[in-house]
Amino acid sequence: MKVLVVDDFSTMRRIVKNLLRDLGFTNTVEADDGQTALPILEAGGIDFLVTDWNMPGMTGIDLLKAVRANPDLVDLPVLMVTAEAKREQIIMAAQAGVNGYVIKPFTAATLKEKIDKIFERIDG
Amino acid sequence: MTNDFRLALAKDLVIALEQGNELEADKVLDKIAEQKESQLFQEVGQLTRQLHDTMIGFSLDSKITAMTENDIPDAKERLQYVITMTEDAANKTLNAVEDLLPVSQSLNEQAAELSTKWERFLDKEMPFDEFKSMSAEITRHFQQSKGSLLQVQNGLNEILMAQGFQDITGQIIKRVIELVHDLETSMVELIRLAGGDRQSSGKQDNEHELPGPVVPGVDDKAGDVASNQDDVDDLLSSLGF
Repeated sequence: MKVLVVDDFSTMRRIVKNLLRDLGFTNTVEADDGQTALPILEAGGIDFLVTDWNMPGMTGIDLLKAVRANPDLVDLPVLMVTAEAKREQIIMAAQAGVNGYVIKPFTAATLKEKIDKIFERIDG
Repeated sequence: MTNDFRLALAKDLVIALEQGNELEADKVLDKIAEQKESQLFQEVGQLTRQLHDTMIGFSLDSKITAMTENDIPDAKERLQYVITMTEDAANKTLNAVEDLLPVSQSLNEQAAELSTKWERFLDKEMPFDEFKSMSAEITRHFQQSKGSLLQVQNGLNEILMAQGFQDITGQIIKRVIELVHDLETSMVELIRLAGGDRQSSGKQDNEHELPGPVVPGVDDKAGDVASNQDDVDDLLSSLGF
């Protein structure tokens, strides 16, 4: 299982990577915004996308839309981990096809719960 | 009023006075006063217009008012929140380190003690009774190690999570920097305005459509934000998630 972690803050990427490793996802790659993430996704081999929303270049919501618009990536599980907490934004992400939404600051337990839920649904 | 004209009036006045023509002298004086007044009126008129324009300029640039009324106090609260977050993170990290240092120290001492004994055993210098007590110690050490290492792992995870402050505070500070920049632009405009040069467009680059991290007491006043993960989950489940 290969996971792509997208966030413009390298500290947050490290935190998420470490938490993922704790949860058994040892194979992770990183990108610092949607623009660098998209080619990695298009190249194939990514099984799970964890992305921030607010990033320079290409935002996480645009990345999500691009992923859902691509027939090869349309079913890719996407977890959004972001400080954006406006109700309309959460609804926007849901409508764009996000699989889970975690607001920062978050706990390790929350991240685990959301990831478990995403994979339960996929496996079930 | 030109100089020649004033000179002519003055000459007329002198002639009239020399001739003892009071009537004519009064007339000339009136003329002079009239000229003076009309110039004064013109100047007052000009000043009024300038004032009027400036006032319009001020109301056009109401942004600066909004900034002093809302954005600056907001920015203060945001920066206060940054202090709180960094302090929290520092405390969490320090607490974890302070809790873990004695744990690792005690493990280290136990291991050192046991390894000395173990060497004596290997060198066949250990009486059987002592060997029995060492076995019990080793068992205890293994049990304690398991618990202690779990504690270390949890503490390290806490330290890891505490670093999340850098992302959030970074985003907040970036916004405050933008505000300072906007304020600077507005001040420059105001100075230009006061100098009578009103070429500036007053255009504001408000491309920041993303609200960013929620600062308690600042961004959650309107009640349109999710204040915690439970709110998010409730909202999503209400949407059938």
